[in-house]
Amino acid sequence: MAEKIKVAVAGNPNVGKTTIFNALTGARQKVGNWPGVTVEKKEGTKKHKDHILEIVDLPGTYSLTAYSADEVVARDYILEEKPDVVVQVLDSTNLERNLYLTSQLLEMGTNLVLALNMSDRAETRGDDIDIRRLESLLGVSAIKTAANEGRGINALLDSIVNKTESNPPLPHEIGYGGRVEENICALEEILGSDRELSKNYPSRWMAVKLLEGDENALSKLSSSSIEGKVQNFLSDLDHEEYEVEMADKRYEFIGTLLPQVCTTCAEDVSPSDMVDKVITNKYLGIPIFLTLMWGMFELTFAFATPFMELIDMFFGWLAAAVTSNIETVWLASLLGDGIVAGVGSVLLFVPNIFILFFVIALLESSGYMARAAFIMDRLMYTMGLQGKSFIPMLTGFGCSVPAIMATRTLEDEKDRLITMLVTPFMSCGARLPVYILLAGTFFSRQAGSVIFGLYVLGILVAIVSAKLFRTFIAKGQPSPFIMELPPYTRPSLKDSLQHMWNQGYLYLRKVGTIIVGGVVLIWLLAYFPQGADYGSADSLIGSLGKLIEPLVAPLGFDWKIAVALVFGFVAKEIVVGSLGTLYGTGEGEALSSALVADPGFTPAIALGLMVFTLLYVPCIGAVAVIKKETGSWKWMFFQAAYSTAVAWILALVTIGVGNIVL
Amino acid sequence: MSNKTLDLLDAGQNARVIQVKGKGPSRRRLLEMGMVPGVVLSVTKKAPMGDPVDFKLKGYNLSLRKQEAQMIVVEVTGGVK
Ligand SMILES: Nc1nc2c(ncn2[C@@H]2O[C@H](COP(=O)(O)OP(=O)(O)OP(=O)(O)O)[C@@H](O)[C@H]2O)c(=O)[nH]1
Ligand SMILES: [Mg+2]
Repeated sequence: MAEKIKVAVAGNPNVGKTTIFNALTGARQKVGNWPGVTVEKKEGTKKHKDHILEIVDLPGTYSLTAYSADEVVARDYILEEKPDVVVQVLDSTNLERNLYLTSQLLEMGTNLVLALNMSDRAETRGDDIDIRRLESLLGVSAIKTAANEGRGINALLDSIVNKTESNPPLPHEIGYGGRVEENICALEEILGSDRELSKNYPSRWMAVKLLEGDENALSKLSSSSIEGKVQNFLSDLDHEEYEVEMADKRYEFIGTLLPQVCTTCAEDVSPSDMVDKVITNKYLGIPIFLTLMWGMFELTFAFATPFMELIDMFFGWLAAAVTSNIETVWLASLLGDGIVAGVGSVLLFVPNIFILFFVIALLESSGYMARAAFIMDRLMYTMGLQGKSFIPMLTGFGCSVPAIMATRTLEDEKDRLITMLVTPFMSCGARLPVYILLAGTFFSRQAGSVIFGLYVLGILVAIVSAKLFRTFIAKGQPSPFIMELPPYTRPSLKDSLQHMWNQGYLYLRKVGTIIVGGVVLIWLLAYFPQGADYGSADSLIGSLGKLIEPLVAPLGFDWKIAVALVFGFVAKEIVVGSLGTLYGTGEGEALSSALVADPGFTPAIALGLMVFTLLYVPCIGAVAVIKKETGSWKWMFFQAAYSTAVAWILALVTIGVGNIVL
Repeated sequence: MSNKTLDLLDAGQNARVIQVKGKGPSRRRLLEMGMVPGVVLSVTKKAPMGDPVDFKLKGYNLSLRKQEAQMIVVEVTGGVK
C-alpha cells in the first residue's frame, strides 16, 4: 500500500522554492525574480516509488520569526502541521544567509532535506561545495539542484523518501554559551514541567524563541499551566541584548561550518551591481522606469494590431454568416446582436491582453520589480506608503486580484490595508479593451497618448489616495524598508510564455463564462418585451437604463452608458461587450462607426467614460478579494464607495474640461 | 578610523558593523539577515532620491532606508568615496 508523506518546501524568499515545487509535482505555480512571489501555500502531489508525496509550497521566510502575513503562513505550516519532511531550498550562491534558517529548522528538530538550488550559478562562479561534508556536519541530507533546468529533482525525491525510512533526527543544538545558555536551561526546566506543551514543541527550541522575545512563541503558552512562571522569568531579561547574542552565535556557527564546506566560495562584484549603476542611477533611474512603462504599452499595441485585424475579419464574416443563414428572427438576433457583437467586441482585445501579460512576465523574471520598489521607495514614503507596496501595484496592471493578494508581503498591517485599498486604481488588463475601443474611435491619432495618460492618472489617484488614507484613516508611519535585491537574470522565454498563457487562459475562460452570460442577459433585456424595438428605450434594458440614468446624467452619460457601467461591475470588459450588444451592430469597425454616429457620444463623453471606467468600483472579483484579505465588510464597502465617488468627480471634471477644449 | 552611523556612508565605502541599535521587529530582521556586529559590508548604490541605500553584505544585496541605517554603528574600513 502506498504510504503518504507530508512534505513542506520552505526556505528564504526567491531561492527557487516554487521552481522546485513545480518540477516535483508538475504544477505551474507562478515563479518570478523578486522576494515574495508566493504568498499562500500551494499543494500538489507526486507519486515516487511506493510513496505518495503530498507537497506544499510555502512563501519565503528569512527566519522562523514571522513578520508579514505570508511569512506567518510559512511558519505556522512548519510549526503546527508538522510535515514529515521539510525540504529547505537554499541559494547556493548565498549559503551563509540561507543557513541561518537551516540553523533554526535544525533547532526545531525538523526532518530536514537541503536542496542546494541555483547550483548552476554557483558552478559558473567557480564555487566548489562539498556536499557530503555539509551533510555530515549538520546531520541532514543535501542535494544539489538546478531547478530551472530540472537537475537534481529525482535525487531530491529519493532523498525525501529515504528520509522517512530512517530514524527521526535528534534536534541539532547550537551552543550559545555563557548566560544565554544558562537562561535557556532554566527556561527548559520550566517548560519541561508542562507535559502537553513539551510534546507539541521541543523545549529547547521553545526556550530559545522565548528568550529572543518571539511573541508567537509566547502566545503558544497562553493556555498552559506555566505561563505565569515563564512571564515572570522573562520580565527580568533584556531581549534586545539576547537577540544580538543569539543571532551572532548562529552566524558564528555558520562561519565555522562554511569554510569546511566551500573553500572557494567567492564573493565577487556581481554583474548586477554594474547594471544597477545605470538602472538605479540618480538621473536615469526614474526616466528609465517611465520609459519601460511607456514601452510596455507601446508593445502591447504595436504587436497586437495585426492579430486584431484578423479577429475583426473573422467576426465580421461570422456576423454576416449568421444574418444571411439563420431565418428565425430571434435566434439570428441572439447570435448576431448578442453573442457575436458582444463577445466579439471583447475577444477582439485578446491579443493585447496576451502581450500585456507577456511583457509583465518579462519584467517580473528580470529582477526589475525589486529595483522598482527600491527606486520608488522615497516617493512612496512621502505619500504614506513604502517601496514594497509598489510591487503589488505594478502587478495590478495585469489583474487586481493577484495584486491584492500580493500585499501579503507587507509587514505592517496599515501599509497593507492602504495598499489593498489603492491597488484597484492601477489600470488592470480588463479595462484596456474599453480604452482601446473608445480612444481608438474618438482619438485615433492620439490614442496611444490618451491610454498612457489614463494609466498615469490611475497611478496618481492611487498615490494621492494613499496619502489621504494615511492622513485620515490609517494614521502612522510607513514601516521600515528592508529588502533584498536579487541579481538580474535574463528573462526566461519559457517561463514568460507560461505565465502569459496562465493569465491569458483565465481571461479566455472569463470571456467564455461570465462575459457570454452577461452579454446574453443584456441581449434578453434588450430584446424584450415583444414589440419594443431592439435595444431601444422601450425595451426592458431601456427601462432599467432610464431608471439609473439620473445617477450619471450630470456627467452627460445616457442610459446605454449607465447600463454598460452597471454590468461592468461583473467584469470591466463587459462595458465594451454591452455597448457592442446595445448598439447591435457588431464589433470592431462597425461598433466604432455606430458610436461616432450617436450624437450623445462626443469625444469629451468618451474621455469621461474612460476615466470613469478606470476609477469606479473594481470588478466583483477584486471586491471579493478585498473582503477576504481585509477580513472586513467595512473596508470592502468603503473601497467601493470611495472609488465610485472619485470616478464620478474626476469624470465630471474631465468632461467639463473636455467640452471646452475638444 | 572613526565610527559613524551607516546612513552617513557614501557609495563605494566599506565598513565593519560595530553595533545595531534600536529595538523591535525591524532590528531583529536586520540581525537575522546578517547585519550582526563584526560583519563587513560595502555601500553599492543609493536610490535616485538618495534614499534608500543598497549594501552588499555576506554576498548579497540588502537595501535599507537611511532611517534604519542610522541605527547601525560602523567603523569605516576603506574603499573609495
Ligand atoms: N539560475 C537558476 N535560477 C533559478 C533556479 N531555480 C529558480 N531560479 C530562478 O529564481 C527565481 C526565483 O524562483 P521562485 O521559484 O519564484 O522562487 P521562490 O523561492 O518560490 O520565491 P518566493 O515565492 O518569492 O519566496 C526565478 O526567476 C527562477 O527562474 C536555479 O536552479 N538556477
Ligand atoms: Mg515561490
